[in-house]
Amino acid sequence: MKAKIFASLSVLITGAILLYAVTDFPDFGDPGSPPNAGVPGGAPSASRYYLENTYRDTKVPNVVTAVLADYRGYDTMFETVVILTAGIAIFAILRVLRRDDAPAAPDPDPARTDHTIDGDHHRIIVGTTCRIAAPLIQIFALYVVAHGHYSPGGGFQGGVMLGASFILLALSGSLRETLTRFSESDYMRMAFIGIVIYAGLGLLPMWVGRNFLDYGALSGLFMTKGEEMARSHSMLGVEIGVAVTVMSIMFAMFANLSTRGRLRGGL
Amino acid sequence: MLSFFQETIVPHFNFWIYVVIMMIGLWSVIAKNNLVKKLIGLSIFQTAILLLYVSLAVKEGATIPVIESQVLAGSAHTEPPAAEGGKKALPVINPDGYANPLPHVLMLTAIVVGVATLGVALALTQMIYKDFGTLEEDEVLRKIKALHDDV
Repeated sequence: MKAKIFASLSVLITGAILLYAVTDFPDFGDPGSPPNAGVPGGAPSASRYYLENTYRDTKVPNVVTAVLADYRGYDTMFETVVILTAGIAIFAILRVLRRDDAPAAPDPDPARTDHTIDGDHHRIIVGTTCRIAAPLIQIFALYVVAHGHYSPGGGFQGGVMLGASFILLALSGSLRETLTRFSESDYMRMAFIGIVIYAGLGLLPMWVGRNFLDYGALSGLFMTKGEEMARSHSMLGVEIGVAVTVMSIMFAMFANLSTRGRLRGGL
Repeated sequence: MLSFFQETIVPHFNFWIYVVIMMIGLWSVIAKNNLVKKLIGLSIFQTAILLLYVSLAVKEGATIPVIESQVLAGSAHTEPPAAEGGKKALPVINPDGYANPLPHVLMLTAIVVGVATLGVALALTQMIYKDFGTLEEDEVLRKIKALHDDV
């Protein structure tokens, strides 16, 4: 009880200090606020530069995608590495690889794991519906990845949707059946392949003596007229790499967390 | 009272909301005993930070940071095409017409990294439950202490 009073006090004091500071903050929706327009007399605002020059530099209308994949390419690359590292960490923490305890821990409900369309009447409607829905979700996810230059979307969002389609299959049918299509060696390998796509595309400009992730140098490879379209095409490649990694790690996290690392039974 | 409300809270209501949500998250991280509830609090805390950044990006009367196709086609502007022959004039883009893209970029990656770290935290929680048979923090601490006393 004493701990809760102390916690409430410290939280209230923190909130009061933050609210006191809020009075100096810019008004909501003010286009001239420092984050939106920069400080008068100071450095020009980065966001204004991006909005004014992204289309000139890269021919990509979606400024968020261009900043994410081009201007801040290093940041995004290592964010993707963080996601891969999280997947490896979950594998290292949870995954049970010993085979000798297999008979000691049988699947709690054999009817759930030995799922057939005839044998499991509990799941026939949900399972069939989700089986039909999953490829449609995946097609939409591919659209989100590929159309990220022209509308809200991109690698992270599309990757999460692709991962969610596999999670939906595992939830509605059985994890074992989903793992026969997207096995553990597949998804761990694909998670690395995504990083290799991203970093490999970044390394290619170094071949011709330019900087790492300086996609403008790839206009010869993509057979584009100017550097702008090369940057646009490279962004698509980078987004595909991000999507592959995010998809694999999302499914890896679900598979390991829902089965306590055994990849058998589960929800 | 009403003037305080109109002059202090209304122009900064997004910050007030963020502070309140952040306090809820912080309180559950500190005061809750169950490790899963602490993780939920951590997620609420993170959501408050995301809201703070995204609300900073809002501009009055602005649209999403995707340059409109009319602007790119040049029909939205009446200025004459560029003098140099053949080269198409680059569209003039008004930055105040689009929301600030930078907080969106930062929060986009922060959300995904938040999910990844939450996954690692849940994995650690599962291992704690496997080893100690409980998720209550004080019971876990008592069992760790008993283990040390035995040695």
